[in-house]
Amino acid sequence: MIAEAGLAALWLAASLALLQLALAAIGLRAQRNADELLVAVRPVAIVQGALAVVAMLLLIVLFQQSDMSVKLVATNSHSAKPWLYKVAGAWGNHEGSMLLWVTILGLAGAAVARFERQLEPRTLAATLGAQGLIALGFYAFLLFSSNPFERLSPAPRDGQGLNPILQDPGLAFHPPTLYAGYVGLSVAFSFAVGALVTRDVGRAFARAMRPWVLGAWVFLTLGITAGSYWAYYELGWGGWWFWDPVENASLMPWLAATALLHSVTVLATRDGLRAWTVMLAVVAFSMSMIGTFLVRSGILTSVHAFAVDPERGAFILALLLLYIGGALALFALRVGTVREGTTFELVSREGGLVANNLLLSVILGIVLIGTLYPIVAAAFGVQLSVGPPFFNKAAGPIALVLVVVMAAGPLLRWRRDKAGEVVERLTWPIAAAVFAFAALVAFATPIGVLPLLGLSLAVGLAVASVAPLWKRDLRRTPLFTWGMVVAHLGLAVSLAGMACDSAFTAERLVALRAGEATRVGPWRVSFAGLSPVIGDNWSGLQARLTAERDGRTRLLFPQSRTFADPPTVTSESAIATVLDGQLYTVLGAADGQGRWQLRLWWKPFVTLIWLGGTLVALGGALSLVGRLRPRRREAWT
Amino acid sequence: MDVKRPLVWLPLAGFLLVAIVVAVALYAPADRTVRSAMIGQPLPAFNLRPIVSTKPGVASDAMKGHGPRLLNIFASWCVPCIAEAPQLMRLRQAGVRIDAVAIRDTGPAVAGFLRRNGDPYAAIGDDPSSAVQLSLGSSGVPETFLIDGQGIVRRQWVGDIRADQVDEVLAAVRDVQ
Repeated sequence: MIAEAGLAALWLAASLALLQLALAAIGLRAQRNADELLVAVRPVAIVQGALAVVAMLLLIVLFQQSDMSVKLVATNSHSAKPWLYKVAGAWGNHEGSMLLWVTILGLAGAAVARFERQLEPRTLAATLGAQGLIALGFYAFLLFSSNPFERLSPAPRDGQGLNPILQDPGLAFHPPTLYAGYVGLSVAFSFAVGALVTRDVGRAFARAMRPWVLGAWVFLTLGITAGSYWAYYELGWGGWWFWDPVENASLMPWLAATALLHSVTVLATRDGLRAWTVMLAVVAFSMSMIGTFLVRSGILTSVHAFAVDPERGAFILALLLLYIGGALALFALRVGTVREGTTFELVSREGGLVANNLLLSVILGIVLIGTLYPIVAAAFGVQLSVGPPFFNKAAGPIALVLVVVMAAGPLLRWRRDKAGEVVERLTWPIAAAVFAFAALVAFATPIGVLPLLGLSLAVGLAVASVAPLWKRDLRRTPLFTWGMVVAHLGLAVSLAGMACDSAFTAERLVALRAGEATRVGPWRVSFAGLSPVIGDNWSGLQARLTAERDGRTRLLFPQSRTFADPPTVTSESAIATVLDGQLYTVLGAADGQGRWQLRLWWKPFVTLIWLGGTLVALGGALSLVGRLRPRRREAWT
Repeated sequence: MDVKRPLVWLPLAGFLLVAIVVAVALYAPADRTVRSAMIGQPLPAFNLRPIVSTKPGVASDAMKGHGPRLLNIFASWCVPCIAEAPQLMRLRQAGVRIDAVAIRDTGPAVAGFLRRNGDPYAAIGDDPSSAVQLSLGSSGVPETFLIDGQGIVRRQWVGDIRADQVDEVLAAVRDVQ
């Protein structure tokens, strides 16, 4: 019954999405007396979101109960799984992850309907109509080609299990967080479409849209940071970013959302960059959808690809053509009627933000081209893949220029500034960067140009990012200023971690007998031996390693796990985190003569990467609270 | 912002272009041809002892200066090789010379395999440690290489040759002649 109830909830939600679209469309077309129609869109959107949540919860219940008569459960779960992975298994597959996508889409629409009070009613109705249209397409996709509630008869005795590599606490939180970011951007997209429909692009529109963009961006940042750390410790390859198509699929919306975040501030504060902001709002969610499409269609092979199915691919491609093509066409038709905003001088806060936007767009373009190039090449009969050498070389230098702009931007005045005074304000950051550069050249082992520049600029950016707080009463500094400071500082911290990782990592691949030892970086690692370990639904071998450094010892237990259902061997890395970095150990294969392969890395300051990412998200959250608070006070008085 | 009229259609045009490429990629049949690095290359030098007393061994030098032939990588313990045997017999009957490399095998086992499944081979070399197999860029059994009269590798088929592939193999042999 639960599966049928879930399916019914989906159908109901889909019909409400249709109603939401119809009410908005009819209400906006009617010349008068349509206010009731427009007002009715709100509750419809809320109930639609609630029904989607019900469907998702019912799917989780099915997984929790291990109801093997449901095809999705039988193919992706197993009764012996720990409960957390049964729950997470609900979205560790194609159908379930699409349901999660639609659920968050519905929730985002419901949240707009419930909480948005700033937007002009007609624009709000148009926004909710657009949100309904997007949801409708994805409901259709679920119901017609990816039904998560499909029954299986006869029911198998037990399930086929979840991909063991996905059996990790990270999986429980990574997709929902990332999806909240992806799909949260749908709100910005719908706002842009709504504003284009009612020709209402201005400061009020920007102020209304900003918190939603900030919220989605915070989730996206957290999701990418968590995903990067998950790949780092779970895959056992020691890397934290692989330029995998799916990683790119999450990076592209983030780049667009970051640009949008900054341009929407120009629009809200100075009423400039109107058309550009609308364009970015369309692009940001388009990148989310393109990312989903590339993954779900199986066009790009990736560890994240669940489905290889041209029919599903064609369905999503049709949705993309409708939504992205439609929004871009609407943009082209209506942008002429968007009045020009306020102008500004080249050297000004606006100018800095435009530079930020252009550089982010160029990086976005590079990542997009690099990700799609294999598909284009394949169309001409050439098989190739685009990897880190391309992305690092093409995007790296531009990212460093962006860091320079980031350092200067917050120290610029709105409207007009003097170049000489800006340089004066940047004295300390420049001095810090030059000092770091000189110290690295003089004292450190020779390192590559990009890491050297990256580390120096990170130091400069760190100093520059706290500069807006100088000579200010910190208690009276607005929260969104704190947010900017923390986010920019976080990026400096993260950049420093990336540069340290690529400059100073020591790697060692050895084959050791029990009792032997080796050195990696400042550590002496000795291999005490192996012992068997038993898990909930796996068995494995565990190496006992003792790592010594300056008289202090750490114990590490890297494992090789064998899962019976489906039969898979995974390696579980063991990581010792200390203040100045991480010792990363992986147990490899036996050589048949009593020796075991061990892969060891000493990664100085690598943790800064994710600490920085978390700070960036925290900064976004502070800004969000800062932007929401004064509004609430207004509402009370 | 002073946006030129035609320029505002540029994002849409760019997106449609991407969509067309992606649509083509979506429906293009997946390319499953094995692109062997060996194709167009001369055989690596090897000289394998015979594994059964009734047939000679296989040496790379001996393949030069004669007509084209197939080099079949097989093993008596390999089940797909049993499935492939009738196709190899048909190729033999069509006049194709087939040499073989037996992987990690023994003489009595190979003799038994040929008795049960037919014997299409002119020569069989003994590769007890897979050394020659690896030098050919082959990673499993069965695999079949087409060698031309100059000892150059022309084609590689990974997995057993199916009944519907016999004509394709024959055509490839004739092409090389």
